[in-house]
Amino acid sequence: MKIAIASGKGGTGKTFVATNIFYALLKNNHSVVLVDCDAEAPDSIGFFRTKIENSFDVVQKVPVIDLNSCTYCSKCKDYCNYNAIFILPPIKFIQVIEELCHGCGACSVACTFGAIKEKPVSLGKVNTYILNGKNQLIEACMNIGVMSPVQIIKAAIKEINYKYDIAVLDSPPGTSCPFIHTTAAADFVILVTEPTPFGLSDLKQSVETLKEMNKKFGVIINRAGLGNNDVYKYIKYENIPLLLEIPFDKEIAALYSAGIIVSEYYSEIRKNFYEMTKKIMEQYGNCGD
Amino acid sequence: MKIAITSTGNSLESKLDQRFGRCAYFIIYDTETKGIEIIPNPNKDVEEGAGPASVNLVASRNVKKIVSGAFGVKIKSLIDSLKIQMIVLKETDKTVQDIIDMLNK
Repeated sequence: MKIAIASGKGGTGKTFVATNIFYALLKNNHSVVLVDCDAEAPDSIGFFRTKIENSFDVVQKVPVIDLNSCTYCSKCKDYCNYNAIFILPPIKFIQVIEELCHGCGACSVACTFGAIKEKPVSLGKVNTYILNGKNQLIEACMNIGVMSPVQIIKAAIKEINYKYDIAVLDSPPGTSCPFIHTTAAADFVILVTEPTPFGLSDLKQSVETLKEMNKKFGVIINRAGLGNNDVYKYIKYENIPLLLEIPFDKEIAALYSAGIIVSEYYSEIRKNFYEMTKKIMEQYGNCGD
Repeated sequence: MKIAITSTGNSLESKLDQRFGRCAYFIIYDTETKGIEIIPNPNKDVEEGAGPASVNLVASRNVKKIVSGAFGVKIKSLIDSLKIQMIVLKETDKTVQDIIDMLNK
C-alpha cells in the first residue's frame, strides 16, 4: 500500500510525519519504502544514517537546430505549445529557449527538413539508499533552474522495486502539479495541517483537490494546542477522519531540528504513529497493492 | 529607430506597464518619422513563455530598444543576440508621452 503525506501549507510537518511513520513501521518489522518526492528541497533521507546505493539522472530531450538544414519555415514554432522556439525568418534567426521546452518532441515531428536533432538535458537526479538491507529510501532531487519537478517525482516513484508493506511518499507542499502527481500514486493520503488560519486555508484547498481526484484521505493535526479550533470544526463538518494529533511541544521541535527521529526517543509517539498506520492499512489497504 | 514602450492602455496618456512579456499594449515609436503604432499584446495571458513571444513580436517590427519596468531572465540571451537594448524604468507614474519626450531630449 502507498500512503502519501501531503499538505497545502509548507512547514506543517510532512517530513516529520513521513520519517516517523517510516521509523515506526521499521521498528515493528515491516518492510517500508520512503520516497522523498519534495524534489525542490528533499530532506527526509538526512534523518537516517545510510549510504547512497544508486543515482541516475532524469533527462529530457531538447531540440538542437541544424542551421545548415533549417529553412526558417516556422513549422516547428507553430507546433510548439510552450513558446520554446523563437524564430524570426526575415533575419534568419532561430533559437531554442530550453527552459520553456517540455520535451514533447512535437518540433521534431514538424520539421520535414531534418533540421531538428535532440540532445538530453538533465532535470535532476533520483538517488536510492538501502537501510538494513531491505528498506529502500528514494530521493527525488531537481536541478536548480528547472521549471517543474514532475518528471523527477514520477521517476522516483517508479524506482520503488523492493517488496514492501507500506511505501511512504513525502509530498512537496502546495496543491499544484507536484502535489497531484505524488498523491495520484497513493492509495491513501495523510494531510498534515496545523490549527492556524493559514493551516486551515491551505487544508481546504488540499481537501478540494483530493475530492476532485477521488482520493481517500485523513488529517493529522500537528502543533495541537496552537491557534484555535477552526480546523477541528472544519474536519468535523466535512466528515474527514482525524488520524492523529501531535502536541505543540518545544522538546519535539528541538529533537526534530537536530535531525533526530522523535519516535526514537518517545515510544508513546512511535506507538501512535504505528497504530495509526496499522489502522489505515486495515481500512484502506486492499485497494491496489 | 523604433522603440517599443510597454503600456497599460492604448493611448499616449496611458501609464507605463511595469511588465514586459505580459504588458497590456506595446506602443512602438519611430524616432525618425515620429509615428506611433499601438499593438494589443496577444501574449498577455499565455501560460508560459510570454517574454520570448513578446520579444518575437517587437523584434519582427524591427524594434531596437524596449522601455519597460522589468524584464524576465528567459529573454536575456535573445535580446543580446538580437542586439536589442533594454531600458528599465522604475517610475510608475510616467505616461507613454512622458517617455517619448524623454527619448527625444
